[in-house]
Amino acid sequence: MYRIRFHGRGGQGIKTASRILGTAFFLEGYEVQDAPRYGAERRGAPIFAYVRAAKKPILERGVIQQPDLVIIADESLASVASAGTLIGIDSHCVLLIVSNESAQTWQHRLNLGCKVITLSKQAENHAGVLCAGAAVRLAGVISRQNLQSAIQQELADFDASVVQINTDLALQAFDDMEEFEGSVKTAEELSVENYQKPQWIKLAFDAAHTAAPAIHAAANSVQIKTGLWRSYRPVIDYQLCKHCWWVCSTYCPGGAINVDAKGQPDVDYDHCKGCMICVAQCPSHAISIVPEQENKTAGETP
Amino acid sequence: MSRILLTGNGAAAWGARLAQVDYIPAFPITPQTEIIETLAAWIDQQQMDARLVTLESEHSMITAAAAAAVTGVRVFSATSSQGLLYAMEMIFTTAGWRAPYVLVNVSRGLATPITLEPDHNDVLAARDSGYLQIHCSTCQEVLDCTLIAYRLAEDARVRLPVIVNLDGFYLSFTREPVFIPEKDRVKQFISEYDPENMRFRAHAPMSEAVAVLGGSPYSYFRYQTHLAAENALGVFDEVAKKFQQIFAREYTAIENYFADDADYVFVMMGSFATKAKDAVDKLRAAGWSIGLLRPRLLRPFPSERFRQLLAEKKAVAVIDQNISMGMGGVLHSELCAALYGQPQAPAILASFIAGLGGRDISVEEFFEIAKTIKQAANENRTPAPQLLYTENELREIRKLQALANVGNKLEQ
Repeated sequence: MYRIRFHGRGGQGIKTASRILGTAFFLEGYEVQDAPRYGAERRGAPIFAYVRAAKKPILERGVIQQPDLVIIADESLASVASAGTLIGIDSHCVLLIVSNESAQTWQHRLNLGCKVITLSKQAENHAGVLCAGAAVRLAGVISRQNLQSAIQQELADFDASVVQINTDLALQAFDDMEEFEGSVKTAEELSVENYQKPQWIKLAFDAAHTAAPAIHAAANSVQIKTGLWRSYRPVIDYQLCKHCWWVCSTYCPGGAINVDAKGQPDVDYDHCKGCMICVAQCPSHAISIVPEQENKTAGETP
Repeated sequence: MSRILLTGNGAAAWGARLAQVDYIPAFPITPQTEIIETLAAWIDQQQMDARLVTLESEHSMITAAAAAAVTGVRVFSATSSQGLLYAMEMIFTTAGWRAPYVLVNVSRGLATPITLEPDHNDVLAARDSGYLQIHCSTCQEVLDCTLIAYRLAEDARVRLPVIVNLDGFYLSFTREPVFIPEKDRVKQFISEYDPENMRFRAHAPMSEAVAVLGGSPYSYFRYQTHLAAENALGVFDEVAKKFQQIFAREYTAIENYFADDADYVFVMMGSFATKAKDAVDKLRAAGWSIGLLRPRLLRPFPSERFRQLLAEKKAVAVIDQNISMGMGGVLHSELCAALYGQPQAPAILASFIAGLGGRDISVEEFFEIAKTIKQAANENRTPAPQLLYTENELREIRKLQALANVGNKLEQ
């Protein structure tokens, strides 16, 4: 059985990627199970999705614990423990990271002892479909034609132009992965003779001051970099800004625009979630929308 | 008949569509919302001729559903978790109305703390209401059992509402290959709805009331509901047989996976039971005599079937994806009640609690459960109920508690 896990952020098309891969396997004659997993749904939050494919009915369910292929569409998630990107990666597993850094760099950084492949960032807003195209080639058992048909099926509700853009990107990723075709190998199935015994414990009583699920903490919203959720950022053109001092900062629902004594507004990119309400409200049209990737400065929170 | 990849939610929506329901009172809740969204889109695109109305709460939604059902139209609704609990007053009330309709529940663990992932404490809260319960383990079963549920609910020997249950995430958002039955063949299975004496016509208004009664007449009506629920066991067999004749898929009140000749048996409900099947396959490959029994029908509870199927087994592991605080697993209790004092009852009926709030049960854990009951059979001693939890999980929760500064006194 193939076990493949996609990780990314809400809005990158991770669920769609898993469905494209699932449908492509299905068209190829496999039994398939695909599913997304997320908590409270919001753009930018870590999400993952997984695909199982086999030549016989699939009884296994739930999150894939021993993946054959892990795909990380947003490299910043590799270091987020709660995203669980690295769970169950062993030496047989292949790790594909969308990154402009080299595979050697990631190999060295993560030290997982598995094969690492990078896919260069080309289209920030289509990371999911790129990953789907790459995954199809890495599995090596699905035709280019069935990848194309799967995209058409999964994006059937969209305009032809959208389908075209996504198809082109996925096929490009498929072609780029030529040298790694079929590098994903299914793992040996667990057997009763050879498995790791679960370390069950007898859970002891804890007093309610510990065991009640209540969290009391000092206000901590400043520590949480909600800027990570953004895929576009508002950028103020100070030539056009009238220093009216209140419109953008008042409308900002996150309180992420500070105004100094001279009336100069300053966007706090660590906390701006990219809602663009300021862009809509600015009477002098001084704020523009810039894709995140084009505007990262050195040393800033990625 | 086409076979497509479909989520459990999509399968439930297809069930309602193929049953040609007339009325769908709705209220959104994760992980159920996709069902009503799918139905709303079909109605909007005129692929389905039904009336969908969003109500202001689940309490109103269930009231509207049952009220519509007793005017003689075919009704579908869906909810989950907190939504089902919010409607609970009307769940008991409408079962008493003997209102036949189908309610899909997408299981999700209950607050507090909050989770979106599944266990069965939500649907089990409705266990004693008079709603019949069919529990599904695959997306195909969700579609098929929704159709079966209409036949069951509307049968004159039953006439009760039916809950079709599927697990959130593990089925609701999981796509699997599903056969979509052809409309004409579904018509062979579900005939036009005959509401008998239930009717309401706007041109002939009438009033209907429920009296306040003392204990004796009250008991009559409660007993009647119970007798109707008991009838549903035999009716389910008939309906499932008819279904099998038309669609060639078999649905028994208890799913039996290699349990007939097995010495050891897992018993569990819902989608996690397919994981148990996987474990059964692997254990049998290693020479184990083991199988699985899964109650598809939880209400009425197939007690006599369990007595037959579990007769003279060496040991049984009941894996409950629910917990009754201060008692333990609900299915374990029910099986104890079914088996106690019966001459051929298995000596060991061990209880395991697992899968709360979607907590995974690994295949290794199924192996370990099998070993535990085998050892118990050898020693002829029932093990204490086990709350499945690992050292690593405790380490993780301790880390979270440390980060959250839990247990320390608040600074003034």
